[in-house]
Amino acid sequence: MEIGVISWRFWKVWRRNLVTFQKIWKVNFITPLLEPLLFIAAFSLGFVGIVGQIRYGGAELSYTAFIAPALIATAVMNNAFFETTYASFVRMYYQKTFDGMLATPLSIEEIIVAEIVWSASKATAAAAIMLGVLGAFGYVQFPYGLIAIPLAFFGGIAFGAVGLFFTGVVPTIEMFNLPIFLFVTPMFLFSGTFFPVSNLPLWAKPLALAFPLYHLVELARLVCLGRCETVPLLSIVYLAVFAFLFTTLALIFMRRRLIK
Amino acid sequence: MQPIIEVQHLFKKFQDVTAVDGISFTVGSGEFFGLLGPNGAGKTTTIRMLYGFSPPTRGIIRVFGMEISRDWRKIKARIGVCQQDNTLDPDLTVEQNLMVFAGYFSIPPKEAVSRTRELLEFFALSNRRNAKVMDLSGGMIRRLILARSLINRPDLLILDEPTTGLDPQSRHQVWDRLEKLRASGLSIVLTTHYMEEASRLCDRLVIVDAGKILVDGSPADLIERHVGRHVIEIGGPDQALRDFLKAQQVPHDDLGQRIILYTPDGNDLSAAVRANFCHEQCTFRNGTLEDVFLRLTGRELRD
Ligand SMILES: Nc1ncnc2c1ncn2[C@@H]1O[C@H](COP(=O)(O)OP(=O)(O)O)[C@@H](O)[C@H]1O
Ligand SMILES: [Mg+2]
Repeated sequence: MEIGVISWRFWKVWRRNLVTFQKIWKVNFITPLLEPLLFIAAFSLGFVGIVGQIRYGGAELSYTAFIAPALIATAVMNNAFFETTYASFVRMYYQKTFDGMLATPLSIEEIIVAEIVWSASKATAAAAIMLGVLGAFGYVQFPYGLIAIPLAFFGGIAFGAVGLFFTGVVPTIEMFNLPIFLFVTPMFLFSGTFFPVSNLPLWAKPLALAFPLYHLVELARLVCLGRCETVPLLSIVYLAVFAFLFTTLALIFMRRRLIK
Repeated sequence: MQPIIEVQHLFKKFQDVTAVDGISFTVGSGEFFGLLGPNGAGKTTTIRMLYGFSPPTRGIIRVFGMEISRDWRKIKARIGVCQQDNTLDPDLTVEQNLMVFAGYFSIPPKEAVSRTRELLEFFALSNRRNAKVMDLSGGMIRRLILARSLINRPDLLILDEPTTGLDPQSRHQVWDRLEKLRASGLSIVLTTHYMEEASRLCDRLVIVDAGKILVDGSPADLIERHVGRHVIEIGGPDQALRDFLKAQQVPHDDLGQRIILYTPDGNDLSAAVRANFCHEQCTFRNGTLEDVFLRLTGRELRD
């Protein structure tokens, strides 16, 4: 890749996405506002008596307190991943937005970076709202819990990048079902979101450890509850490497797809 | 004077197709240059290489004297492109489309506002400034794409089939604006397969087919050279006419039910034809670019 191909200009593309986001901001805000309420209602009302306290990181936690940070991490994954898959694919393939941009001084690399950064920004907005709601119910320790906001951006880059990589390779928009079934759903279920990974059988643990969501969930628990099962630094490094790797792959495959 | 565009031995190969097969041309400053050809001739592919969208397989492209592969950012800042596909942003309003696009060129917001107002006025879109792109008619969409391509006050405007699919009213409106732009001294490159459009707008044009340039010249010049000024169309031709044409060695196209004669100037052929061969129907008309085009590219369907 040549030098000077990525400049501050990528913010213009980011801004374009912000303008369209603002148009439907009410819809965009309602999900992160209501989702945690639904989960709290389900788990603190419906699950009472079925799941009591849970042992995690050397302490007893209520089940709802246990899953609250995982909800934020999962929202980060979903927001970023769905933005750079379905939404980016629509912009790329149906609306030809990127083709239009490529007739301007923007480079393809700037467009790709902007899409990833935008998806992380959207994920951060959702995480911030959820943090407020969960905090109001006492599931977040402040002020450390606020670190979840930059953490959401960091995680959003990782999931946005892997999403855009898939956008670079899927032949049709329906094909996103595959990475969702094979990648997103298993992660949602087995990343220590609904039960501690320490409960998994020995052979299954390495699988969970390979999931980027697992590391984001653990880091979210660390900042919200002050405890986690992993070595935080390793989780940060893992997510950083994952984000870097898939940003690079997204650059390669999106370029291959768009430049003919 | 230095040409605005210099293209030398340009090739573009996709896996198994050679879309552009070694073409060379130049476009001078202030010139309205046409790239004519049937569907699949390689017009869009050529244009895309010109504005740095796709890298050439081989060949040299210089725009404003700069190499596109190296100075693409500087070049792109100075050209406006009206792509063949509609690349307007359906998520944005008419006005926002221009404003957001201005951002890509790093035009300061204040300046962008005044240019947007100006361009919407020029393309008769002011009263639709808050409309969604989805709600615009085909003609308005084209005009908005044109307006958008001028937001950076380009020194070169590149238009890929700007009037394809428009009704006659909208087409004439677009032509009218393009003529105004030409009068202002803007250099313009246009691709089209409408001969009327090319005749009316282009100072000079090339006809391309299968990725190769067939001819190069002004519309009048090409008509003169390849069909002559006068054309006679004869319906229901008989053998006597065919024999006569053969004997006289008159250039013509025999379409079975119809014969088209290309009669050179100062020739009394037309009188002879009128007197002896106009049994059913005869049309005497001027030669057109369409005659040139069909003679050179043939009459088979392309897609
Ligand atoms: N991305 C591509 N991949 C493969 N073939 C292509 C691609 N783009 C264009 N072609 C082929 O190149 C030829 C020229 O196409 P194009 O430049 O679009 O023609 P025109 O604009 O004159 O109609 C056609 O045969 C077309 O099928
Ligand atoms: Mg074309």
